[in-house]
Amino acid sequence: MNNIYALKHSNMQDTKLEWADLLTNIAQHQDKQSFSDIFNHFAPRIKAYILRLGLTESVAEELMQETMISVWRKASYYRKDKAAASTWIFTIARNISIDWMRSKKYPQSLGDEWDDNLAVDSSADTQGEDLILRHQVSNILNTLPEKQAQVIYMSFYEGRAHSDISQRLGIPLGSVKSRIRLASIKFKAAWEQTNEH
Amino acid sequence: MNIKHHLDEATLMSYAAGSLSQGMALVVACHLTMCKTCSQRLHKHNAIGGALLEQIAPADIQQNALDDILARLDQPATPTFTKLNQVPDKKAIADIPYPLSDYITQQLSDLPWKKLGNSVAYYDIACGSTGLSRLMRINPGCALLPHTHSGNELTLVLKGSFCDELGRFNIGDIADLDDEVEHQPLVDGNSPCFCLVATDAPLKFSTIIGKIIQPMTGF
Repeated sequence: MNNIYALKHSNMQDTKLEWADLLTNIAQHQDKQSFSDIFNHFAPRIKAYILRLGLTESVAEELMQETMISVWRKASYYRKDKAAASTWIFTIARNISIDWMRSKKYPQSLGDEWDDNLAVDSSADTQGEDLILRHQVSNILNTLPEKQAQVIYMSFYEGRAHSDISQRLGIPLGSVKSRIRLASIKFKAAWEQTNEH
Repeated sequence: MNIKHHLDEATLMSYAAGSLSQGMALVVACHLTMCKTCSQRLHKHNAIGGALLEQIAPADIQQNALDDILARLDQPATPTFTKLNQVPDKKAIADIPYPLSDYITQQLSDLPWKKLGNSVAYYDIACGSTGLSRLMRINPGCALLPHTHSGNELTLVLKGSFCDELGRFNIGDIADLDDEVEHQPLVDGNSPCFCLVATDAPLKFSTIIGKIIQPMTGF
């Protein structure tokens, strides 16, 4: 049983390792098969994310396509030692959605390129750590107390500000922030645990 | 840069989620250009977004979407969106953090400041978001009126320094406050303090004078 779990876990990591390699293929060889593989996995998820932000079906389809075209065009900026592919793709989808909703560029500290001074310290193990972190993040999300998971989902999936969440849940602003902080502590512990290994 | 006051976890999480107002996101982005610690923390919050993207139940997409996109990949880039609120030929401005240069094109000292009494001046930033988005210039020896907030308030020091009940704030430091804190910033150095301020709701002044001038100042 444990072996099967370990095998599945290992396969899952191998699969996810490939997303970063596929992005590298796109950057270096303009490889359309790699792009198609990424599209088939991420495009339906990107569209689902945009729909959750409250946008219509046709807009979500259009913004998903814009996101995927940006993935193709900006692949050379992706650095697999800095972030998981899903993290990088999420930030592109987020920025394109906000730009559309606000008709203003979401303020960013960096342009498309990674700043080596500001990004996480790079090391040979960073990518492995990032994979472990991502699995831990998923596990934590699935085990968060409902009240904490709720504010995380309302922030990321529905794009709601603290004050909006406060009004909708009928709880003080401070409680919204406390719940987010408590969830954040659990994510932070996972990160530190990863770095210890 | 020796930064001692950082972003609250809850603010950083909402910035990563894309749920901060435009004005508040602008302050956060400016702080991130100055603070390596918070930039590294942001990476972890972005990873939550990546994990959530992996977890979300996939939606149906148009049958021919992939073929359509593959056909567009070799075409020259034709952005759907025109360059959003970007200043043409944007140049680095010495005392302005990079994200702010999307909104202003002059050095701080050259801005058309509006005076608010003898010691305080402000310049509103056209963020188009709810709440306040404002640059402030406060002369030495000046204390702002004591106030609290209906919501969150972010204050980033761009030049000079101030102190309040929470300590001293120098260049790059950020005061990340909410309705549980009442404070009265005082500029006690020898030079003016320039700050970038954003709120997601009007301030609440705690004195009669503050309540009287509130409609006049736009706070």
